[in-house]
Amino acid sequence: MNPKPILSVRDLTVTYPDNNGGLDALDNISFEMHPREFVCFLGPSGSGKTTFLRVLAGILPPTSGRVSFMYQHRQNIGMVFQQANLMPWRTVMENIMLPLELRGAGKIKMENMAREMISLVGLKGFEGSLPRDLSGGMAQRVAIARALIHDPDLLLLDEPFASLDALTRERMWMELSRIWQAKQKTVIMVTHSINESLFLADRVLVLTKRPGKIKLDLKVDLPRPRTDDMRYTSHFGKLAKKLRAAIE
Amino acid sequence: MTMKLKTLHTLSRWLGLLSILLAIPAWMLVVQISGLPKFILPSPMDVWARFLKALTDGSLLYHTGVTLVEILLGLLVGVCFATIIGYLLAKSRSLEKILSPYLVASQAIPVVAIAPLLVIWLGGGILSKVVICSLIVFFPVLVNTVVGVRAVSSSLYDLMGSLRATRWQILWKLELPASLPVLLGGLRIGATLSVIGAIVGELVDAQEGLGFLLQLGDFQYDTSMVFVAVFMLVILALSLYGVVTLLEKRFLKWQK
Ligand SMILES: Nc1ncnc2c1ncn2[C@@H]1O[C@H](COP(=O)(O)OP(=O)(O)OP(=O)(O)O)[C@@H](O)[C@H]1O
Ligand SMILES: [Mg+2]
Repeated sequence: MNPKPILSVRDLTVTYPDNNGGLDALDNISFEMHPREFVCFLGPSGSGKTTFLRVLAGILPPTSGRVSFMYQHRQNIGMVFQQANLMPWRTVMENIMLPLELRGAGKIKMENMAREMISLVGLKGFEGSLPRDLSGGMAQRVAIARALIHDPDLLLLDEPFASLDALTRERMWMELSRIWQAKQKTVIMVTHSINESLFLADRVLVLTKRPGKIKLDLKVDLPRPRTDDMRYTSHFGKLAKKLRAAIE
Repeated sequence: MTMKLKTLHTLSRWLGLLSILLAIPAWMLVVQISGLPKFILPSPMDVWARFLKALTDGSLLYHTGVTLVEILLGLLVGVCFATIIGYLLAKSRSLEKILSPYLVASQAIPVVAIAPLLVIWLGGGILSKVVICSLIVFFPVLVNTVVGVRAVSSSLYDLMGSLRATRWQILWKLELPASLPVLLGGLRIGATLSVIGAIVGELVDAQEGLGFLLQLGDFQYDTSMVFVAVFMLVILALSLYGVVTLLEKRFLKWQK
């Protein structure tokens, strides 16, 4: 593995301004990530997971500490938000094309790529639908397609599969693993599901209650490709147990 | 069931027209019974005849055109200033703190009251009317712009930020479409107010326009002419309203 980290976070602290001295969301987080690594974050609600992703995406400036990226990776990020976060005035197709549009891509190219993404997330036939006509899970799949279309090096996923049914969710796990392996992506994903994190991640980090600190940094040494059956192995069980114990 | 609903629907569409048509005989009846002279209450036929005369000698279209130009220019100027300043106010709390006392105070001055002043300073020509229109349009459009831009969802800003969108891209692809419903609402109010602004200006002093016709009719006891001018104003205001409604239908399909 490349010894040089793609991303390094040093003593990151984030405090949101409020009426009495500020609300600490993240407290002294330090962590490094290597290219092509898949890292999951677990943690109780309000532990600052979304805040962390927003800092990494460059949307929120850290209160103190440093976030540094190798190369220009920060220029090319795909993000899936906790809510689908679609533009209600754009059709499914137009929403998915947005990242390419912002980069000034040609119309034909955009439409072809968008169609490819639409069939990837299983939304064929809904190209012209408006977000208000989609179910929560469908909207989230549009958001996933939008995060992938511009082939970002770094994917930031905030509970992307929480609103999907079990079947679709597992299909999306497979797709995500496949994309991650085929396209050499670096992925940071927030989740509440221990199963999901063990199915996908190389490493799982557990955050404490607010303000979030890293409580556990667990290497997931299950072989790949990961299959459903692994869930019933004793090693999987041991890892799951460790994670469960760390989550308050 | 659906058939019944459909007929009800078409019926209600014609109801408005029907009530207007019914108003004409009622008006005739009032003229008949009261026996008021023509210069106080002209009959519908008098007004119609006056309308045809003004139409054929070209004066009606000319004066309507003048007023329409004043309304549209005033609307354009007022809306441009209001959206630009409104956008800046929405984006900067400190600018809002600096400007809002003036803006609120300026609202305490009725434009109608300072219209004579504006005519004295700017002359009886089209300029003073355009300025009056834009002043009267300014505030409601400004308020709507501020409200509309402030209401843009912060998570969509996050999305644009994560995609490294430029300021211009954020403006065109996020802020404008997201606040368009409220902006068009402001335009709707502004369009109606602009008609009032033009007439107020023309009533103070003018040599042309519907307000001028109105006053001319008044001086010459040509009450039918006053009626014609008023109807033209109503038609102008309704058309502008209709244009805004069309814009809403065209651009806000995603809303309903
Ligand atoms: N924009 C904001 N302004 C002020 N406080 C905020 C803001 N966003 C989040 N917070 C606070 O920061 C803390 C961490 O929030 P965050 O959204 O990062 O948690 P989370 O781990 O993503 O939770 P969840 O699992 O429920 O999504 C919370 O206490 C929240 O109230
Ligand atoms: Mg969150």
